[in-house]
Amino acid sequence: MANLKDIRKRISSVKSTQQITKAMQMVAASKLKKAKDSVVQARPYAIKMGDVLASLAVRVKPGKHPLLERRDEKKIELLVITSDRGLCGGFNTNVIKAADSFMKEKGEGSEEILLSVIGRKARDHYRRRDWEFKTEELNSGTADFSQAESIGRTIIDRYVEGETDAVYVAFTEFKSAMTQNIVVKRLLPLEPKMLAEDEIPVEYLYEPSEDVLLADIIPRHIYTQVFSMLLESIASEHGSRMTAMDSATKNASEMTAKLTLLYNRARQAAITTELMEIVSGAEALN
Amino acid sequence: MESDKIRLKIASPYREVLDVEVDEVIAPGEEGQFGVLPGHTPFLTTVSVGQLTYRQGSQLKHVAVSHGYAEVEYYKMIVLLDAAELPDDIDLDRAEKARLRAEGRLAEISLEDKDYFEELAALDRAMNRITVAKI
Repeated sequence: MANLKDIRKRISSVKSTQQITKAMQMVAASKLKKAKDSVVQARPYAIKMGDVLASLAVRVKPGKHPLLERRDEKKIELLVITSDRGLCGGFNTNVIKAADSFMKEKGEGSEEILLSVIGRKARDHYRRRDWEFKTEELNSGTADFSQAESIGRTIIDRYVEGETDAVYVAFTEFKSAMTQNIVVKRLLPLEPKMLAEDEIPVEYLYEPSEDVLLADIIPRHIYTQVFSMLLESIASEHGSRMTAMDSATKNASEMTAKLTLLYNRARQAAITTELMEIVSGAEALN
Repeated sequence: MESDKIRLKIASPYREVLDVEVDEVIAPGEEGQFGVLPGHTPFLTTVSVGQLTYRQGSQLKHVAVSHGYAEVEYYKMIVLLDAAELPDDIDLDRAEKARLRAEGRLAEISLEDKDYFEELAALDRAMNRITVAKI
């Protein structure tokens, strides 16, 4: 029979853990709300940007811009987006798993893979496996457009210089607090949205010329995409943490209930033994 | 869709800043200011730092804008900007501080310095904010 004092200690430790997980869950819930709002608010800009690009791209030959040009995928860059902090269930592990299987699939050919990471978790994971990073950034938990811009710029530079032939991103797409999809998306070369067959592109006046505009808009479109991936990843992180902490809190409640039962039983047993001893002692005196 | 108004939408990467029905828009294009009235032919251009003004009836309103794009299509106009601020959202103190900071830096560095144009642009943005806030 377990020692009464030990059980009491266990109970209080489980209870204090529960307080922590409960607090983390509530913090994650409020952060999730904010992150979700930023995802939703950032959408009009991103969608419109894609539309403008599509309407421009149909008018310009694919060879006109290096970022639209397709090459044989010999050197592939993979950008892995994770969080800095843990305690969010399988969030980071899942992204890393998807990244690993992507690399395995692509690595079987003659392709060379270059790695870039955002977030401490991915960085630590791959550093332990002796990877070198092209780009290495932390993920502070709030997306910043200028950060997305600088990341996007280095990715574009490498692509234009021929250091990479394609760029993919492994990140978590935000659907809702409960569902998140881990996806590996191609960032470069760019594939502008095609107009439907019966859709007639609107004839625009351009100022400056369409080539100049296109050259200006394409990089910006990449930054926007990186930015929205960051936003989605952050929202997913909070969602994932919220669910993980919620179930941790529930588990802690269950654990306390079990331990309390155990404790009461042990206490009862101790009392019974003690009574028996007294009774038998008294009997012996008579 | 025939109409006598323009649906003006302004969005920055962070959020949609404005979505209103207006009678006229005057925006700072890279190659000079341009005005848009209802029924304007489809038009795509770049927008540079400055003030975007729109008219509702006889009322003129201003927005401080920075680099971006404007797409006009007959009765709607969409402006995508790096940053856009309504007069009420501008923190005058902060803008004033940014202006002083940029001016200080500009006084120190020479024209050849690679940061010169960045600082100049920062000054430009700060001045622009101040002007819009004071209108």
